[in-house]
Amino acid sequence: MSGSEKCALARSFRIYMSLTRQDVEKIAQLARLSITEPELPVYVTSLSSIVDFVAELSRVDTGSVEPMAHPLEGQQQRLRPDVVVDHDNHEKYQRNAPSVQADLYVVPRVIE
Amino acid sequence: MLHTLSISELSAHLAARQVSSVELTRHFLARIERLNPALNAIITLTAEAALAAAAAADHRLAAGERGALLGIPVIHKDIFCTDGVRTSCGSRMLDNFIAPYDATVVARLKAAGAVMLGKANMDEFAMGSSNETSYYGSVKNPWDITRVPGGSSGGSAAATAARLAPYVTGTDTGGSIRQPAALTGVTGIKPTYGRVSRYGIVAFASSLDQAGVFAHSAADAAAVLEIMSGFDPLDSTSVDAPVPRYGAELAAPAAAGGPLAGLKIGLLREFFDGLEARNAALIHDALAVFRSLGATTREVSLPHLPLSVPTYYVVAPAECSSNLSRFDGVRFGYRCAQPKDLLDLYKRSRGEGFGAEVKRRIMTGTYVLSAGYFDAYYLKAQKVRRLITDDFRTAFESVDLVIGPTTPTPAFKLGAKLEDPVTMYLNDIYTIGANLAGLPGMSVPCGFVDDLPMGLQLIGPHFAEGKLLNAAHRFQQATDWHAHAPRGYE
Repeated sequence: MSGSEKCALARSFRIYMSLTRQDVEKIAQLARLSITEPELPVYVTSLSSIVDFVAELSRVDTGSVEPMAHPLEGQQQRLRPDVVVDHDNHEKYQRNAPSVQADLYVVPRVIE
Repeated sequence: MLHTLSISELSAHLAARQVSSVELTRHFLARIERLNPALNAIITLTAEAALAAAAAADHRLAAGERGALLGIPVIHKDIFCTDGVRTSCGSRMLDNFIAPYDATVVARLKAAGAVMLGKANMDEFAMGSSNETSYYGSVKNPWDITRVPGGSSGGSAAATAARLAPYVTGTDTGGSIRQPAALTGVTGIKPTYGRVSRYGIVAFASSLDQAGVFAHSAADAAAVLEIMSGFDPLDSTSVDAPVPRYGAELAAPAAAGGPLAGLKIGLLREFFDGLEARNAALIHDALAVFRSLGATTREVSLPHLPLSVPTYYVVAPAECSSNLSRFDGVRFGYRCAQPKDLLDLYKRSRGEGFGAEVKRRIMTGTYVLSAGYFDAYYLKAQKVRRLITDDFRTAFESVDLVIGPTTPTPAFKLGAKLEDPVTMYLNDIYTIGANLAGLPGMSVPCGFVDDLPMGLQLIGPHFAEGKLLNAAHRFQQATDWHAHAPRGYE
């Protein structure tokens, strides 16, 4: 099955609606991304085709299957001794900052 | 010619003082200067630092020190943080970012005496299969500069194919080492998840990302992987297990029934659905080579594998949307001009700093994680991920490793798949499974279709890198596909 056939199939099942202009505006707002007016219809089309494509998963029977979050599940999350190992590198790190004053990152005023 | 020698040959030449590291470094810098403008594979050249590192390596060699990579040049994918050197990740967002520390991979190779020549171009934030999403422009395939080199490690692959360095680092989240290795006719390996430290690698999808290497042979890749691998307390998913001597394993004498006697290879049935006959024939030819070396082959089935692409395009964007939230225009990276408030600063810095494909993936991830859709998409994909992983586990009960093509087709034309993201995504159909299951995978050259190289993919159980490298090495001793260089780059 080709990608477009899969999309058509997913659409015919009508499980998920393709995205609207308003959907994409909302997603962009949640993701803190500015999208320009000419970009918007392009994203509506491409994101809809991706969403339709991955909707194929809904047809798989996953009844009692446990979700898998990590490829090496047998591994325990390690803990390390609670001692300070990091050094103060703020001067070096802040060289990459767009705006710094008195060792602090500067952003537009947030409290009136 | 120095650029045609293997890593072990270069190491022997350096040890015998037949060539110095400075001479070797100058040789490759000159090749980059001459050949890179047509390829755009290298985006940052660190010639001065390279010559200084080479001089330091020459001192160590003169003092009698020996090492597999001591004094040998390397190029790093620009996703690895390199102390004091721009680490752009192929993005406008990090165009001005000077990494304040070395990635563990970089530090390990540096300690081993590797000489960094520069940084390789890549798809923006490693998101792409053609190296056309880079802020620095697309990379061209040295076999045909009207074609893509694959992605996301396209610069690494093209640089290796063009003999701009003896080996080049890469990362692989859904095929980003194996697919470009196949399309450029070089050897590439992605080890088991957790085998190589992810510390200092700009994160894309943390449960899938893994670093590896491009080289001209399995033997060279083995020498490099041995040094790259190993436990790192700075990466919480790094595996604390000893690293085998991959190189030594390859040198072991052949058993009575042939060098691969007793090895059981599974042929992945699902990988041949719809595969063009000429491409399938190359894989069957390779199988015949493996049988002549003593291996036995049988067909295996991974029934859920065709679902790996939709599964990946839920899981990877979800993790990407979370990881890339750190780019906020405040602490590092691009900041928009004259933000009117904090929200405007976030939105425009990210909107202007990220390219179209990265924004598409962030939004896909945001959508599948958002309230009301989480169960239907993200949780569902995690369940299917387990079904795919279980298929591999079942297969490895009856075979030692599985093989198939790395890609459905050879390198495609620049621009051919840019319009439709889903068509581009389907190009990774054979490689994604190994990432979802965390398995080691490798691509080795196995022939040509229309004068373009094709790759054979080997996938093994967790921590079976040694087995993959050995099978690939024996295959390369019996064939010479890996020794072909593109015209003009011999």
